[in-house]
Amino acid sequence: MDVVLEHVGKQFGRVTAVEGVSLTVGEGELVALLGPSGCGKSTTLFLVAGLYRPTSGRILFGGRVVNDATPQERGVGMVFQSYALYPHLTVFENIAFPLRVRRSRGAQIAERVRRVADLVGIAELLPRRPAQLSGGQQQRVALCRALVKEPAVLLLDEPLSNLDARLREATRAEIRRLQRELGITTLFVSHDQAEALSIADRVGVMHGGRLIAVMTPADLYERPPSRFIAEFIGTPPMNFLEARVEDGRLAVAGVMPRPLAHPVPPGTYLLGVRPEHLELAADGDLRAEVFLVEQMGREWLVHAACGDASLRLLTGAGAAVAVGSRVSLRLLWRRAHLFDSQSGAAVPFGLADDPR
Amino acid sequence: MGALEAAPAPRRRGAVRDVLRGAASPVLFLGPAVLLIAALFLAPAVVTVVISLTNLSVATGLTHYRWIGVANYGQIAHSPWLVLVLRNTVLYVAATLVLFNVGFALVLAILTAHLSERAAGVFRVLWMLPRITPSVILALMWRWFAAEPPYGTVSQVLGLVGIPGHNWMNAHPWAFVVALNGFVGASFGMIIFSSAIAGIPRDQYLAAQVDGASAWQQVWRITLPRLRWPILFVTAYQTLSLLTSFEYILLTTNGGPGFYTTEVWSLYAFHLALSNYFGNTQFGLGAALAAVLVVLGLGASLVYLRVFRFGELVAAPRIEVN
Repeated sequence: MDVVLEHVGKQFGRVTAVEGVSLTVGEGELVALLGPSGCGKSTTLFLVAGLYRPTSGRILFGGRVVNDATPQERGVGMVFQSYALYPHLTVFENIAFPLRVRRSRGAQIAERVRRVADLVGIAELLPRRPAQLSGGQQQRVALCRALVKEPAVLLLDEPLSNLDARLREATRAEIRRLQRELGITTLFVSHDQAEALSIADRVGVMHGGRLIAVMTPADLYERPPSRFIAEFIGTPPMNFLEARVEDGRLAVAGVMPRPLAHPVPPGTYLLGVRPEHLELAADGDLRAEVFLVEQMGREWLVHAACGDASLRLLTGAGAAVAVGSRVSLRLLWRRAHLFDSQSGAAVPFGLADDPR
Repeated sequence: MGALEAAPAPRRRGAVRDVLRGAASPVLFLGPAVLLIAALFLAPAVVTVVISLTNLSVATGLTHYRWIGVANYGQIAHSPWLVLVLRNTVLYVAATLVLFNVGFALVLAILTAHLSERAAGVFRVLWMLPRITPSVILALMWRWFAAEPPYGTVSQVLGLVGIPGHNWMNAHPWAFVVALNGFVGASFGMIIFSSAIAGIPRDQYLAAQVDGASAWQQVWRITLPRLRWPILFVTAYQTLSLLTSFEYILLTTNGGPGFYTTEVWSLYAFHLALSNYFGNTQFGLGAALAAVLVVLGLGASLVYLRVFRFGELVAAPRIEVN
């Protein structure tokens, strides 16, 4: 079943939590909503779940408007950030809860609980209580409870944020495997970009209650449509250098002006360069002074001052950079991004002597 | 060799000091509380039991009483009023507890949980008023409330629709005894239950809604199971406090109307020990009645612990990390 949001908005009193969100989650697709806390991503999820009613716009499940339908009528399964397991019930009863409240037959309940517990691999935990489980086990119980009613749509609200790093990666892969296997339409909310980019077919970026982009993870990283997204996606974050366009040339502070291949309106811009797109080179574009080297195993993160700007670049481990030394940096122009300094929108550009 | 033998002496003295210091801090910390409990709880209990073994009364005074063993207890066991007073006590405690102190308190707590913080606060304060009103004034208000025409409020209101007035408290003494105690007592459970409900994470209700639970199912399957411990506490605490509290009955029906209609155990003990109609108050017999009441209260508490499976409530969780 596909889920469509058309200009959906939600106000709490005078506060606008979500505004004009339009999004289509295709049948069997996994879409992640990514954004900083307070951006409206959880509110959007609660709107899709039916826990909140939208104050504007329409929500459609399989072409049917469900604005006023209860979560039960929508047929959604949901995993909460806190897992929201019932501490007084055993794992079996926690998973059986959605079936109990709709008064399924006992034998049928037992069979379905066992099937979903086997699928997720927690069959041996059924007699326990939530307090007797580790975080990862609780998370899987919550997932079972969401799946046991065979929902048309699965909603995951930061399901991994309470797990430690190693377990998070394993569970991430596990959720992806289950979602593919069951072919279930899934909406996933996260503030962790690595999580969202790695798990989702497409990622929606939310900012200030608005959905500002919905793209594949690769596009989001390689072709960020705005400065906000360019800055938000990617660790370590992108470098920004002040730039000007004059007489058909792109001038970046401290760099020789370069001729543009195509006309770009004159004005002030920001040139965005990811840390992996700056290289140490004997005859580079920029001169900078190294002030910090972070050794991160496979690669080093070098911080260097270039005029007023502070630049980050990634080098291989063991590179010849010492704190206090002056280095020459080459800019991979073809991988750089130009953003309007006012609107922040990406502006396509290419250099005449270094075409894309 | 001599030096080696001499060496342990100072160490031993240090060890003694350590032991003393080790023993001193528990004594210092627990001492005040133990003294208070001993002076205010244990001593009166012992004195009560001791007096119950005598025929102490106004007639004997403090000089001519005799030790009569368990004769007072025998008299209680053979009293023709034993069954009546026991029945009254059970009715009074059970009805007040079930209808008001737990039942109505639960209803109030669950309803106010769904109000805004402010409205719930106002509502709860209103229900606290009977508790902070002096009992004599509250009892008098209820007597006027129930009084015969032309004074009683109930009679006046019902008179408007043509229902003949009379003294409603005399007509329905149990309803008034239970309701008056219940109105005072409900706020205690309400506060305890409200804070317990506030401690249930909101996510659990959201999860239940997603899973299709109706409001009633949410109360029945999530709220009430989480209130087992507070309900046990309120039930046990209020049973004991109802067993021993008789001031509202004393001030309204005084065990009447008629003969022992609403006479409960503690009021019976009070009447015999401190306020005998014939002027001879029997301290010994009253003390025996009080001692029996303590045993009744302990018995009820043990039953509650069993019914609510207390051991399970305090069992330590077994957490396994993987």
